[in-house]
Amino acid sequence: MTLPGDPKLRARLGIVLIGIALAVLPFVVGANFGNSWVRIIDFALLYVMLALGLNIVVGFAGLLDLGYIAFYAVGAYLYALLSSPHLATAFPAVFASAPAWSVWLVLPLGALVAGLFGVLLGTPTLKLRGDYLAIVTLGFGEIIRIFLNNLNAPLNLTNGPQGINNIQSAEIAGQSLGRSFELFGLQIPSVTAHYYFFLALTLLVIFICVRLQDSRLGRAWVAIREDELAARACGINTRNVKLLAFGLGATFGGVAGGLFAGFQGFVSPESFGLLESIMVLCMVVLGGMGHIAGVILGALLLALLPEVLRWGAAPVQQWLFGKVLVDPESLRLLLFGVALVLVMRWRPAGLWPSALRKRELAAHAEVA
Amino acid sequence: MDIFIQQIINGLVLGSIYALVALGYTMVYGILGLINFAHGEVVMIGALTALTAIGLLVPSGLPGPVVVLGGLLIAIPVCMAVGFSIERIAYRPLRNAPRLAPLITAIGVSIVLQQLAMMGWGRNYHTFPAILPTTPHQVFGAAITDLQILIVVTAAVLMAALLWLITRTRLGRAMRATSENPAVARLMGVDVDRVIAFTFVLGSALAAVAGVMVAANYSIAHYAMGFMLGLKAFTAAVLGGIGNVGGAMLGGLLLGIIESLGAGYIGDLTGGFLGSHYQDVFAFFVLILVLVFRPSGLMGEKVAERA
Amino acid sequence: MSDPAGTIAQEAVLLSASGVSKRFGGVQALRDVSLTIRRGEVYGLIGPNGAGKTSFFNVLTGLYSPDEGRVTFDGRDLPPGVPHRIAGAGIARTFQNIRLFGAMSALENVMVGRHIRLRTGVIGAILRTPAARAEEAATEARAHELLRYVGIDQLANQQATHLSYGDQRRLEIARALASEPKLLALDEPAAGMNATETGGLRTLIEKLRGDGLTVLLIEHDVKLVMGLCDRVAVLDYGEKIAEDVPDVVRRHPRVITAYLGQQADPEAA
Repeated sequence: MTLPGDPKLRARLGIVLIGIALAVLPFVVGANFGNSWVRIIDFALLYVMLALGLNIVVGFAGLLDLGYIAFYAVGAYLYALLSSPHLATAFPAVFASAPAWSVWLVLPLGALVAGLFGVLLGTPTLKLRGDYLAIVTLGFGEIIRIFLNNLNAPLNLTNGPQGINNIQSAEIAGQSLGRSFELFGLQIPSVTAHYYFFLALTLLVIFICVRLQDSRLGRAWVAIREDELAARACGINTRNVKLLAFGLGATFGGVAGGLFAGFQGFVSPESFGLLESIMVLCMVVLGGMGHIAGVILGALLLALLPEVLRWGAAPVQQWLFGKVLVDPESLRLLLFGVALVLVMRWRPAGLWPSALRKRELAAHAEVA
Repeated sequence: MDIFIQQIINGLVLGSIYALVALGYTMVYGILGLINFAHGEVVMIGALTALTAIGLLVPSGLPGPVVVLGGLLIAIPVCMAVGFSIERIAYRPLRNAPRLAPLITAIGVSIVLQQLAMMGWGRNYHTFPAILPTTPHQVFGAAITDLQILIVVTAAVLMAALLWLITRTRLGRAMRATSENPAVARLMGVDVDRVIAFTFVLGSALAAVAGVMVAANYSIAHYAMGFMLGLKAFTAAVLGGIGNVGGAMLGGLLLGIIESLGAGYIGDLTGGFLGSHYQDVFAFFVLILVLVFRPSGLMGEKVAERA
Repeated sequence: MSDPAGTIAQEAVLLSASGVSKRFGGVQALRDVSLTIRRGEVYGLIGPNGAGKTSFFNVLTGLYSPDEGRVTFDGRDLPPGVPHRIAGAGIARTFQNIRLFGAMSALENVMVGRHIRLRTGVIGAILRTPAARAEEAATEARAHELLRYVGIDQLANQQATHLSYGDQRRLEIARALASEPKLLALDEPAAGMNATETGGLRTLIEKLRGDGLTVLLIEHDVKLVMGLCDRVAVLDYGEKIAEDVPDVVRRHPRVITAYLGQQADPEAA
């Protein structure tokens, strides 16, 4: 097969091929490895969204946010409250029946509320030095978890450590994604339906990130990351622009959180610990801070890593040492820690760093 | 019993521990401008190492305080070695890297230490054996144990010794010079690398002592104990004015007292809505308030941005 | 004081600072400094090391708020201590120790410089509305123009940090010009330059003056300032000790003392 020579045509062909691959992926994976692997891919897509959101904050604007998962938690709990019987059970006087909001209402609301939390946290802290911001966000992440854990008394808002159960799956065009259904004669399992739903939103998030990066705002973020003082001298209102990065990043986290709650059917505080924040940070750092494609790669790699370890770590250790020394979960965290140290030391721009952006104006300029 | 006095005493004990840990943060920050996130993990390693040693020494039948001293004497050099290695392996190569790099490295180091500790000591809680006298003394209607007195006195002695070291010795002078301006200090013949390594080692030794104190005070230790403790001690350092040794001491004591009083009275303050399990939240609110209203801390100087 | 005879018509004045003082701890960095910059001139500010030049510059560009005094620019009071609003009001600056956005290309550096004159927000950027697209294209075209103006358009797609020292200085000037300033403030632009590079810089500043831009030049290189500026002010120990055309300033006894030190005999100079 010969490829067409025109680079533009080649790029288009590439996009079409990737599109086809993404479209058939769940069927191929489901048929060969079982639906549990499709489920893993669904989670990987959620991580891509989270990582891209954090990338706006850490990668573009250079603000180290160590409590990012808190926004994910906000989105997840909001979805949980508005799509489960919990409120009706806890406050029968107020809620006669279980709220069942449409996913098209809950997701934007989750995004909005998470973004609001981001702005609330960012307003007092973003004028501070970067390392203070890291510590404050770290604390914020823990605080949110403490509240989720304890807000079951005297008012039972979060149901404490037990978490909230029986969350309805997202319903699209009258069809719940929670059960398998038939479409055009094809049997669509729940995980596959979720795959397409998550993929569509992931593509939307990627699109937004690319557009923002290519804009005046994307440039302002990178300018702040590179030299905040010079950015201010260029007339950039650094506080507002940073706040925007923070709020937008939080927004993505809120959406991903809502999707997570609907997919999992269950949320509890332990899904939103510090280690989750660190895992998302690892995805951004390892993939390539500020590089959208790199971050996606990082998210996919690290989301699949625990599965690979679960599957391979025990046999390999058995073979090497005759027994399992380290359980896969610890091994995963240990590898994260080592990876952070090594990447910062040897490849600070990540595995797939962003190239210098070149612009070709002269040929197709219409404006003078 | 007088609850107010009791909470002040508890706060003083807690604050002494925070202050010792905060010193480690503030000394490193003063010299390198780096938040050593992994410092809390050093405290944890100190506590668990000491507990292991104490567990081995208890059957010997030696008196309790001697056993604890033995545990301490093992934990201190172990922590010093850990602190030294962290600086050498993780931070030194990044001394001229962009500012995000050492922060991210510090988080990596923190995870690695925590996971290694979990492999070594397991996920379960380790209890501190009941070998220290715990008879309470009555003071102004409140109770204070020998252990609590010991913690406060030891911390005070260590802090006095540290102040002496920093203000009166050659090494202390080199530390102050390095924190003022590393380049100039180097020109003046100060071995900056050695001073930085020494700062880490010194902070880690204090962390070891603090680790033993925490384990003794709460009677337990755990591989994940370093995180919250580190966060609070850092808050104490910021409260006092980060980079300022006296500030770390003051900040530690203040934070301990604020937290104790807060935990004691939060139920009354919120009409029973929030209970004492929100104790950990106070440090965080203190941190935000300080950073918003007085980012330079109580004893810190305002530094102008350089153009 | 800066205009004793009252000969300058109001519209001819671009910037006037009156009674600006600034203390750092016990150090009086600026003491009651007043000066006037007229439209279209190249105004030099010189003084020995530690005389307060950079402090004054930082007050002017909003990095510091003055303890006393005020600065009027283009008929309005400058908001003290808000750099981005000062940039918006029309003062653009360069830095003594070049501060470019290292990860960006030369072109993008200049495009960032235009930030304050652009309007595209989040929605416009995501939807890439016709207005946003036109603005983006115009920004890029203008950035190329400015790079051509300072003579480095062939380096547009080079990473900023890969440019030579002299070209980095030029790039910084192009970035400052991108905000369409009424006053361009250059903080020791010749620092670290060799003779050829300084000559090129001089030509560039003369070109800027020729195109009607007002320039404030803070320099160590007295020769460059005296040869280039229309008027010069001298700071010493935070005080303005002279302000006039170069030839008069050069012969001012206090200036000579300040530069040669106390032991020198002013009569002999």
